[in-house]
Amino acid sequence: MGITFRKETFRDDYTFRNSPEHIRRFPFPFNEDSYMYAVNIEPHVVGPKGSVLENLIDVDEHYVAEMQDRALVLAEDPLRCQSLPHMTLAGWDLLELLMEQQALGYPEHFTLERNGDRWRWINRPLGIDDTFTFGDTSTLPYGPMEYITRQSQGDFCILDQRDGNLWMDAGMVTTQADWSLDFDIGMNFFEWHAPVPLAHEKGIFTRALKFLTNIQQGKPARRLNWTMTINPRLDTSPENYHKWGPDRATVTPENVGQKVHLRVELQSFWRLPRSNAIVFPIRCYLIKMDELVTQPKWARRLHRVIRDLPEELATYKGLTRYRPTLVEWLSKLDDGSPTSPGFGPD
Amino acid sequence: MSTGTTKLNVVVSDVVPVNELVTRFHFRRRDGELLPTFSGGAHVVVEMRDGNRTRLNPYSLMGSPLDTREYTISVRRDDAGRGGSLFMHRQVKPGLEMVISYPVNLFSLDLRAKKHLMLAGGIGITPFMAQTSQLAGAGGNFELHYTCRTASLGTYADVLQQRYGNRVRLYHDDREERIDLDRLLSSQPLGTHLYVCGPAGMINWVRDRAAALGWPPETVHFEHFAAPQPGAPFDVTLAVSGKTIRVGEQQSLLEAIETAGVDPPYLCRGGVCGQCETNVISSDGKFIHNDHWLSEEDHRSGCKIMPCVSRFEGKSLVLER
Repeated sequence: MGITFRKETFRDDYTFRNSPEHIRRFPFPFNEDSYMYAVNIEPHVVGPKGSVLENLIDVDEHYVAEMQDRALVLAEDPLRCQSLPHMTLAGWDLLELLMEQQALGYPEHFTLERNGDRWRWINRPLGIDDTFTFGDTSTLPYGPMEYITRQSQGDFCILDQRDGNLWMDAGMVTTQADWSLDFDIGMNFFEWHAPVPLAHEKGIFTRALKFLTNIQQGKPARRLNWTMTINPRLDTSPENYHKWGPDRATVTPENVGQKVHLRVELQSFWRLPRSNAIVFPIRCYLIKMDELVTQPKWARRLHRVIRDLPEELATYKGLTRYRPTLVEWLSKLDDGSPTSPGFGPD
Repeated sequence: MSTGTTKLNVVVSDVVPVNELVTRFHFRRRDGELLPTFSGGAHVVVEMRDGNRTRLNPYSLMGSPLDTREYTISVRRDDAGRGGSLFMHRQVKPGLEMVISYPVNLFSLDLRAKKHLMLAGGIGITPFMAQTSQLAGAGGNFELHYTCRTASLGTYADVLQQRYGNRVRLYHDDREERIDLDRLLSSQPLGTHLYVCGPAGMINWVRDRAAALGWPPETVHFEHFAAPQPGAPFDVTLAVSGKTIRVGEQQSLLEAIETAGVDPPYLCRGGVCGQCETNVISSDGKFIHNDHWLSEEDHRSGCKIMPCVSRFEGKSLVLER
């Protein structure tokens, strides 16, 4: 039984939807009725069947449409994919990881055959059947990182580890929450996190860096992050701010349910074996308010979280303009009754 | 969460004496699968079950990272040490089932380098065995300078010269051959990275000269696992777990803490990675710091200790464990 891939768009007519099964598997990021930063990192191990953690690299019903949207972004702006010269080996590491994980989790859709250095990769949803020599870039139509991340949902940052720091030296970034690979390329961990409010004062980045530089092979870790997006647009980049920024002024009490989306990032961290780099996949999940509130627990909890969010965080996440409208809309779905512990729906 | 590594169940597939001090051990997975890929400079921690004692010692992987059918390590016998190397030499035979950690790399190549200049002393050659294999396979530019006591103790010198010809230079102490370090360091092309692995004195000498000759610190890489030193027994109170333990003469503080059923995180067990850093709640006595992780200021403060390699002498020591 394979996945039925949806035909949908993340721009223009915005036909993106979640099926009822995908609503229930949405990685709702709040396990209590309030939110503040924490170093909420845990081992990235396989989770319950039917959840986004069923496989360590998740493929879902939006796969084909997301890959088509990525191709459109890259055609307009090739700098969304960059790899500094010393990162090619890490690109091969990533290619191996993603091919292995996708073939392992979804054998009906992906097949990897290895014969020494000679590899055959079959990607049925995208109609790809390529044979190439592992390690020889001339045998692929793109560099190894670009090749495989054009076939994998989510953004990917590859961080070189040296001098006790991590360096953003390669990446494929087309589904980002308002940050730019082209701006951050070559920066270290503290440089690219400089704009984040409150967390520096809490020493969160120093501790997070210490943790990340000690990530071990075979022991990936993960965390959830979240923000909100108006319209189901994957590419909310600074480069295209003029296309999506003004949407934030279009939220009305009538269209909240359709326009406002919770955007959750499942971020994971993996040590790459040959290059000793870290790969940081940032997988974006979108859900519109009308879909989210089909789960009454999530509706009540999201109301309380957004209502009580510290002002700095609301500003950083870009919610300021429509927060009152959203809170008012959600408040009608919050009868004040308690919410059960944990992330999942009741 | 624990930051230790995943374990691998292996079997000793071969034991090869290399010279009068060094023996090489080969490991394969018990389930017949391939071992994890690794990068040059990585080490594994080998668990040694010696009667009711367990020792955990780190050893550099010295095989080619391109071949993961087996892992190889080389162990230099240390007759004055705490017994780990003697256990390996005397007790470990082909067919023995052992447990090792996943590979961890704390001595990674900087792949931005235009050239890799490697300086090895004695058994410090082992990480360079893997790194040179990795670089040679990828057409990388490297040069290895290797100092050993005598030709017969020049572990793998013959193999390296055969593989890489004049990219390898040997220096024998008994023939009074010395690296002309200043000349070597002054004549490298821009973009060269320097790697040194060997005895502490050699590492310090190379780092000092490199700094004096203007090498940027981020281009100088070194690996020095301090083996835990034996010492007088001492008593420690573990405040969090409410236990009082005795650290034996041949035992490290970390091993004594583990024996008491408390498991601090660790990776290198050699004073390098920082994982087992422990806060001191109170102390009356003298610390014997042997690590390369804490700053001198930390050492003087008496507020922190690295239990994998450091010891204590005195009346009382209370740790936050």
